[in-house]
Amino acid sequence: MAMRKGADVVIETLLKEGVDTVFGIPGGANMEIYDALYRINKLKHILARHEQGAGHMAEGYAKASGKVGVALATSGPGATNLITAIADAYMDSVPVVFLTGQVPTFLIGNDAFQEVDIVGMTRPVTKHNFLVKRVEDLPLMIRQAFYIAKTGRPGPVLVDIPKDITQTMTDVEIPSDEDVISSLPGYKPHIEGNPQQIKKAAQLILETKRPVLYIGGGAVSAEAISEITELAELMKIPVATTNMGKGAFDERHPLSLRMLGMHGTYYANMAVYNCDLLIAVGSRFDDRVTGKVDEFAPFAKIIHIDIDPASISKNITVDVPIVGDIRSVLVRLLEEIRNKNSKVVYEEDRKAWLEQIDAWKKAYPLSYKPSDKVIKPQFLIEKIYEVTNGEAIIATGVGQHQMWSAMFYKYSFPRQFINSGGLGTMGFGLPAGIGAKVARPDRDVFIIDGDGSFLMTMQEMVTAAHFGIPIKVIILNNAYYGMVRQWQELFYNKRYSEVDLSFQPDFVKLAESCGAVGFRTDNPKELPDILLKAKNINDKPVLIDVIVDREENCLPMVPAGKSYKDMLISDGKNVEAETMYLVG
Amino acid sequence: MENILNGKPKREIKKGEIRKHIISILVNNEFGVLARISTLIAGKGYNIESLSVGDTSEANLSRITIEVKGDDVVIDQMIKQLRRLIDTVKVRDLTDTPRVERELMLIKLHAPTHRERDDILRISQIFRGKVVDMAQDSMIIELTGDSEKIKAFLNLVKPFGIKELATTGKITLRRDSVLEEEQS
Repeated sequence: MAMRKGADVVIETLLKEGVDTVFGIPGGANMEIYDALYRINKLKHILARHEQGAGHMAEGYAKASGKVGVALATSGPGATNLITAIADAYMDSVPVVFLTGQVPTFLIGNDAFQEVDIVGMTRPVTKHNFLVKRVEDLPLMIRQAFYIAKTGRPGPVLVDIPKDITQTMTDVEIPSDEDVISSLPGYKPHIEGNPQQIKKAAQLILETKRPVLYIGGGAVSAEAISEITELAELMKIPVATTNMGKGAFDERHPLSLRMLGMHGTYYANMAVYNCDLLIAVGSRFDDRVTGKVDEFAPFAKIIHIDIDPASISKNITVDVPIVGDIRSVLVRLLEEIRNKNSKVVYEEDRKAWLEQIDAWKKAYPLSYKPSDKVIKPQFLIEKIYEVTNGEAIIATGVGQHQMWSAMFYKYSFPRQFINSGGLGTMGFGLPAGIGAKVARPDRDVFIIDGDGSFLMTMQEMVTAAHFGIPIKVIILNNAYYGMVRQWQELFYNKRYSEVDLSFQPDFVKLAESCGAVGFRTDNPKELPDILLKAKNINDKPVLIDVIVDREENCLPMVPAGKSYKDMLISDGKNVEAETMYLVG
Repeated sequence: MENILNGKPKREIKKGEIRKHIISILVNNEFGVLARISTLIAGKGYNIESLSVGDTSEANLSRITIEVKGDDVVIDQMIKQLRRLIDTVKVRDLTDTPRVERELMLIKLHAPTHRERDDILRISQIFRGKVVDMAQDSMIIELTGDSEKIKAFLNLVKPFGIKELATTGKITLRRDSVLEEEQS
């Protein structure tokens, strides 16, 4: 191998990993890497306007494509600005490799200019991280980072690269796949499900009368979409998905219960509450899903299939845990069911169960009071669904708009709904949407954001305009931190403490000043036309400032720490769950 | 379908007993590994009661033995998360496993007269301790054993006056002899 700088090795290793696009910002400590990027000139680089934005773009890119996202930042503030995105990727198991510059090795620990211990700071929010101390380790560590990020339960990995390492001349070879795997003796990401447990699970599924599938983001990561559909259809099992699991099962399918949990549908939550078998796949029984844990699916036996042993029986003790790659476990489970199922014995039982679910669907569908005077936020989402034929990728920030986007847009394919589920990062939508559009130029990307959420990362509008990334930003403008206001209304006797955002920028002018197209409307009649206009602009970003009904609440809702039985339904009233536990 | 259920249905939530656990961890011999492990344990709000790190028969591996008090269920979860760390090769909870357990104590005792020195010497012999230093009015004893033995020794020598004391953390290995008997 010829002699070249460590920085060149960084770029070579990224190319070896099949990276085509990176997101980042240059600075003092990573200038050599940027110089190599310039000289080698084979990677597309999207210059973000804030490192947090670069991090979320890499996440959006990874979430939309299934590939590993890459973000670059310099040392010190560049690195600390990444932390929110790193924590976000950790919570949602997004495969992203973060490469940070570091002060030269001889200055580490000396309070040097722009020095922070980013490896120490990100230890609890990364799947793993590295500090490169010898140039010979550089390509191996970067390759290890990719391998760790994308295998097993995916997650973020950070590689901290001191400046002198990038300047050192080296003839180090890029290690092979085998070298990477054998260099990690403590890491065994490929797990086959235990055959005995799979048999047990199959037996339970054959015996159940009232089953529900509860699908999380792990099913999307494992690309087990067709296996889930097959299991649901074969055994006639209704399917609820989590926020992260959206798109793992077509929400237009008659067996779909849509989302469960805090802002889940009435029928999903009733089905989970009353089921006798809950089959959890790639989900982690998050508190936003379970509510009060001792009243979560209280009649059900639980099968839990997950790649991460640490997720099993974490919040809720399960009856049949199966640790393993979801897709291979489901394939074997389906075989097992087919072998045993000589004759369809479940159809009568299932008929009653599915009829009950239909009754719940009819009793309390997702709904709102329509208006022809003001734009209801739910109406806005429905119109976006219509104008995009349900085919767009939707990215959101965090808040009411996120939950309305989860409820009133029906998702039909994996990686279609991109949002911050675990960390709940306001400001995620715009940069993640940009990353998604870069990954999937063939799809329309609509970013549905709140006025509060948008302001947290709005500088990335400049990035989108600079690179001609034709995202559509729809600001659902209620001039509030709406979700906080809703909680203050419901649980704090309407004491609206510091949630009023009516002092706000002119979003249309803001968009224009960034080099994007801006529209504004508060008229439900003209909304569809404006959406269509926005959809058809394909050379620059568009922003629509949509003034919506200010104090509309996001319902149904299970108040935090309460049980599904305490659900608030669309008209605001509390509905006692129908329990129909049948003995035997 | 009819509603025939009265009263509140409840899902049983597993609660563990709070007790001391001995966790043995085989790790890659790299910087930052101990920090990863202690960060994880601190994140549960648990205090490490004793800790020892040392070499193993393989140059690139170290063994960390940790004693931590906590809820069985939380510790179980913690062990799964410890296993998830890239740098841990093997993690075992040895609490309920037959094991050999040792710690080493160095203790400096007040011993100004002949009589006290004799007494200390005799007690040390019974406990198979070693005198490793003797000065005008003090002596240092080296003692190895499990924590019971160390505690018993301490109780006996306390009246002489302890000037200084240092113990290592516990080190343990799983006992194969009992396991083999059980299996056969």
